[in-house]
Amino acid sequence: MRYLQSYFNELWKFFVSVKLSISLLLSLAATSIIGTVIPQNKNPAEYVKAFGDFFYRLFDVFDFFDMYQSWWFQMLIILLLINIIVCSIDRLSKTWKITFVKNPKFNVSRFRTLSNKEEFIKDGAPEQLKSIYETIVSKGFGYSRTEDTEKGFCIFAEKWRWTRLGVYVVHLSIILLLIGAVIGSNFGFDGFVNIPEGKGVKSVRISNSAETHPLDFEIRCDDFNVTFYESGAPKEFRSSLTILENSKPVLQKNIIVNDPLRYKGINIFQSSYGPLPPEEVTLKFTIKESGISYVKKLLIGQQISIPEGLGTFVLKGFTKSAAFRGHAIGESFIGVIEPANGKSNEIMLPLRFPSFDDMRKGDVLVSVEGYKEKYYTGLQVTKDPGVWVVYAGFIFMIIGCFITFFISHQRICVEAVKSGNKTKVMIAGTSNKNKLGMESVIARIIKRLNR
Amino acid sequence: MNSSNLLSIITFVYGLAAFLYIASLVFKRSLPGKLASVVLLTGAIGNAAGIILRWQESYKLGIGHAPLSNLYESLVFFALTIAVFYLIIERKYKNRIIGSFIAPLAFLTMAYASLSPNISDQIQPLLPALKSNWLIAHVIACFIGYSAFALAFGISLVYLIKQNRKEDSDSILGRLPSVNVLNELNYQLIMFGFLFLTVGIITGAVWANSAWGRYWGWDPKETWSLITWFVYATLLHARMMRGWDGKRIAYLSIVGFMAVLFTYFGVNYLPGLHSYGSQ
Ligand code: HEM
Repeated sequence: MRYLQSYFNELWKFFVSVKLSISLLLSLAATSIIGTVIPQNKNPAEYVKAFGDFFYRLFDVFDFFDMYQSWWFQMLIILLLINIIVCSIDRLSKTWKITFVKNPKFNVSRFRTLSNKEEFIKDGAPEQLKSIYETIVSKGFGYSRTEDTEKGFCIFAEKWRWTRLGVYVVHLSIILLLIGAVIGSNFGFDGFVNIPEGKGVKSVRISNSAETHPLDFEIRCDDFNVTFYESGAPKEFRSSLTILENSKPVLQKNIIVNDPLRYKGINIFQSSYGPLPPEEVTLKFTIKESGISYVKKLLIGQQISIPEGLGTFVLKGFTKSAAFRGHAIGESFIGVIEPANGKSNEIMLPLRFPSFDDMRKGDVLVSVEGYKEKYYTGLQVTKDPGVWVVYAGFIFMIIGCFITFFISHQRICVEAVKSGNKTKVMIAGTSNKNKLGMESVIARIIKRLNR
Repeated sequence: MNSSNLLSIITFVYGLAAFLYIASLVFKRSLPGKLASVVLLTGAIGNAAGIILRWQESYKLGIGHAPLSNLYESLVFFALTIAVFYLIIERKYKNRIIGSFIAPLAFLTMAYASLSPNISDQIQPLLPALKSNWLIAHVIACFIGYSAFALAFGISLVYLIKQNRKEDSDSILGRLPSVNVLNELNYQLIMFGFLFLTVGIITGAVWANSAWGRYWGWDPKETWSLITWFVYATLLHARMMRGWDGKRIAYLSIVGFMAVLFTYFGVNYLPGLHSYGSQ
């Protein structure tokens, strides 16, 4: 038992030291650099290519490819957390006592030795000044108390004693941030999904992993639109989404970047988009002999008969990058013509070259009149129940930093001593930080007292 | 005249101010120093006017947005905050010597923005992800913080130079503020900068959460801002709790500002993508 006790004391001493926090903060700063130089969570093959086999294995041992989730980085953070908690408990027990006293102790002789001290002589006896001085001093300070002395009186006053606790608010905020992050990573997820226009999904892929995460509702993309600036950069992308529960629509919203849809604690963000191969195309068949053009709408896979009895046409599909005799001709539809008599013939209908089919010199010329562009919408789907804890941490941190840096616990003492038929007045003040600011506080009070 | 022209002129105004501050320091005359203050103030007013003008221009182009959306615009804003901060400190401490170290920073920032071939001064339309009020708060807070750190950096340099030489009231160094004042000023500026850096990181996180559904993603820019934050947190604790002396604090302040610069410029040369700031 004794043994355990001393063991505990040693541990406590280790964690109570500010040297430890300084070392930890610097280690975190230094090691964090690694993950910014080595791109994180990429394919092993890419790493091998970039670093070679040996360094790939070495870095892999140290988790450098996913370092912010690695055991040693998390260990540093946990040590920091224990450090803050232990330090704060250790200190707080003392600070708490001096912060919440009913009657703060003042020591006149202490004030007399301060460098931040002024003296002047005033007409009249101390008794005449007493009540005037009391009102002046108590106006500027939250707490004030007058004590009679042998040859006069002494006023003590102070304010903003509680700001000594500001630093614990900051440290608490860091604890909140970490708790929020732990909640988020254990009970939340971060996924993405691509939904073609008109389709719906019931699960999403988890980022940086092969897993999928089922949803207990369906997300359907009814429509997707993208607009562009003149420069060609995207201006806005917008998805019309419907949430369905048991195939019944329950919520409809258009989302754009920075304006997500939230449903049942799950956030759905517009994140990217991309083209889908078109499914429907309008083709023009120009018959060479008669010179008449016929316009037809076709779906992929559909077969129609060519007008004027020239056979049949099947729309086979669409390809993003077609090639013809070694030349790239870009996005093209592909079809097959079966003439009434003769060999069947595969033809390309590139979007960029409408009269491409001329070259074939067949008796019917096929060209693309138009097609409906289709997109898929890329959605980021996340859930983070810890986010409110993190946000509370954010608020505490800002408030705490402000208090800690810019508001100080100020104490002053005004001593009046009878000196003949006049009074000798001494004013001295101290604060726990910002000594320069305290000087101007004293200067202002003197101005009022010495009027 | 459009805003880019005006801002190019301001580059030279800042250059002139820097020249005058240095002349005043080297030739030990107060007249160029007084002139320098006036020139720097003129530059700051012109700089602010340029930002406002640019804001209006963007609306005339039909793509109106606050002029804080790319590297050029953020540099211009950075130069303004440096100049304004310095002028406030000059008034408060009634000492122009530090200006010789700070005015060149404002000049270099503007010169880099105006003259670097890699930085476009075109008014560009906003990408969808950048359309957020959080982003505006984020940029303003970060750059106020950065300028406080820039000033602390200048003051730390002065401190180290002064520390390493003997006192001699007639020399240039003798007329610098005392090491105690420099030390205190350094500390005050870092506390100020730290608060704004904190607000900057937090507003950035809130923005990321509203745009991508995550408040933190360890992307290099985020990580480097956190590294910067760690360095200054170390500095604050070292000074508050361990009573580190001015010299070590000055070195840490310089390291911190290097981290700021890397967060701002260096990150663009790292692998990875942060949609903001790369151009
Ligand atoms: C980054 C995480 C941080 C860690 C690990 C940390 C850790 C610590 C530790 C271990 C102490 C000594 C505890 C004590 O004796 O009371 C301390 C003290 C202190 N910290 Fe922090 N801190 C952090 C962030 C901050 C921040 C952001 C501020 C800024 C407001 C701050 C302000 C202070 C102050 C003012 C003290 C002195 C407390 C006193 O006088 O009792 N800390 N910190």
